[in-house]
Amino acid sequence: MSAALFEFLTRMGDNTLVLGHRVSEWCGIAPVLEEDIALANTALDLIGQTTLWLSLAGEVEGKGRDADALAFHRDVWDFRNLLITEQPNGDFGQTMMRQFLFDCWHVLYLDALRNSSDARIAAIAEKSLKEVTYHFERSAETVIGLGDGTEESHRRMQAALNRLWPFVGEMFDSDAVDQEMIAQGIAPDPQALRPAFDAKLTDVMAKATLAIPGDDFSHAGGRNGARHTEHLGHMLTQMQWLQRAYPDATW
Amino acid sequence: MYAQMIKSTGKTVKTLDEMDPQERAFQERIDAGGKIEPKDWMPDGYRKTLIRQIGQHAHSEIVGQLPEGNWITRAPTLERKAILLAKVQDEAGHGLYLYCAAETLGVSRDQLTRDLLSGKMKYSSIFNYPTLTWADMGAVGWLVDGAAIMNQVPLQRTSYGPYARAMVRICKEESFHQRQGFDIMMKMANGTDAQRKMAQDALNRFWGPALMMFGPSDENSVHSAQSMAWKIKMNSNDELRQKFVDQTAPQAAYLGLTIPDETLAWNEERGHYDFAQPDWSEFFDVLKGNGPCNTERLEARNKAWDDGAWVREGLMAHAAKRRSNQFAAE
Ligand SMILES: [Fe+2]
Ligand SMILES: [Fe+2]
Ligand SMILES: [Fe+2]
Repeated sequence: MSAALFEFLTRMGDNTLVLGHRVSEWCGIAPVLEEDIALANTALDLIGQTTLWLSLAGEVEGKGRDADALAFHRDVWDFRNLLITEQPNGDFGQTMMRQFLFDCWHVLYLDALRNSSDARIAAIAEKSLKEVTYHFERSAETVIGLGDGTEESHRRMQAALNRLWPFVGEMFDSDAVDQEMIAQGIAPDPQALRPAFDAKLTDVMAKATLAIPGDDFSHAGGRNGARHTEHLGHMLTQMQWLQRAYPDATW
Repeated sequence: MYAQMIKSTGKTVKTLDEMDPQERAFQERIDAGGKIEPKDWMPDGYRKTLIRQIGQHAHSEIVGQLPEGNWITRAPTLERKAILLAKVQDEAGHGLYLYCAAETLGVSRDQLTRDLLSGKMKYSSIFNYPTLTWADMGAVGWLVDGAAIMNQVPLQRTSYGPYARAMVRICKEESFHQRQGFDIMMKMANGTDAQRKMAQDALNRFWGPALMMFGPSDENSVHSAQSMAWKIKMNSNDELRQKFVDQTAPQAAYLGLTIPDETLAWNEERGHYDFAQPDWSEFFDVLKGNGPCNTERLEARNKAWDDGAWVREGLMAHAAKRRSNQFAAE
């Protein structure tokens, strides 16, 4: 098996798993009924995509682990999600800002993956992109509506953007795994997507009347597993509890 | 059944001869199986009773998200997580259809929401019980959605058009939920000792509350007689409860689980199962607000509404700005 390919696939699957989990924490407590439905729908799409990515990861690894084994029986250091996806929900504004920043990257990345030299990856990207395009439209619209809403909603959205901004840079980091994926024509160079991301971001933030922070500092350590935030461990204590408490059971 | 103890006018049911011509025409249309639509004339009591009933049903769908949402972040597999998410999303959708149906009667969703949050309007007693293990996701689907279907299938023929049409859409999804719940129970009942224990424990805790969903016997209730004459209630509570027990008892046997009722037995003569009444004093306690989770459920809904105020206001302010910009541009 290709270690780099496995690594790449867990990056994709862990992003959707961790963010899908976070979004699902909103179940039943959203600001309006329509948002309850929309958030559940987003979480559902992301969990569906997780199954596709992690199943393929297990297949590529060839050690008999399926998507559930990867999702529920790995510890923090084996997770390869972007740090932004594990950040806590905060208020609804922070949740939607996180969603927008992620969607904005996700749309571009999936779009490029449709041309992957690996047909299985191209197929997952094709299917996911339809869903994620809709997520992007919705999160962008919500960020605009709340940014350019009342004084309070504007203040909260600006705070959310400031809070999450240091996690944006990681999306465009490129390492040896990426180099190998690029060399094999499997995945694009993340760095190459930055200009398109900035263009979308600038457009939406202008409409939302929000200021993009000037500081370009960014955290790293999620997509390579070197140093996650403290939040992921707590998420796993909940997400993996049942499987670990009853390891012999099938559900 | 998600509507319990709905009060109608409280007077005895009028005969056709006692009605004025308008009301008689209305009743005759219902008797002939016709549908009443929002613009049609209707007696005040009919409108008010329907608002209470549909509103309570809608609130039940909304509060019903909470006990199941309680396990979404702890679901045991990706597939189970997805199924549960889809189910809870359906329930929110049911709430939406039902609020829309209620709105055709001249009450706003915001007003109904305020009445839920203040405790003035009720939701089904069943959602005041806690979900303590994963098996409860099975028991809720199997028993709670199962009991809801018993009541809602006949309501597809109810006299009020928008309500009947909402029920048609809802029933399809509820029967799906019930099958998914039963599927969870099957896995648990055929699983490890610990899983079997969880499944039996879930049945023990949910059996009585599920029987209570149909409400106390209403053989002599004036409210029920009126609602039945108006065809907004199609069967008596006891009839539906019996039907539910008759359907569920063999399913429990198939699962190898024991219904917590020593008197439960097939009665050849009646062609039905005999069974014990649930603890009705507990039911009235729950209705009064003293169920195990009443406080948490209302707190959770109130918190969601209060925390969401800035979002609703922000989005409305933005929509207003957009409208005025459009206006200025024209
Ligand atoms: Fe429902
Ligand atoms: Fe339901
Ligand atoms: Fe349901």
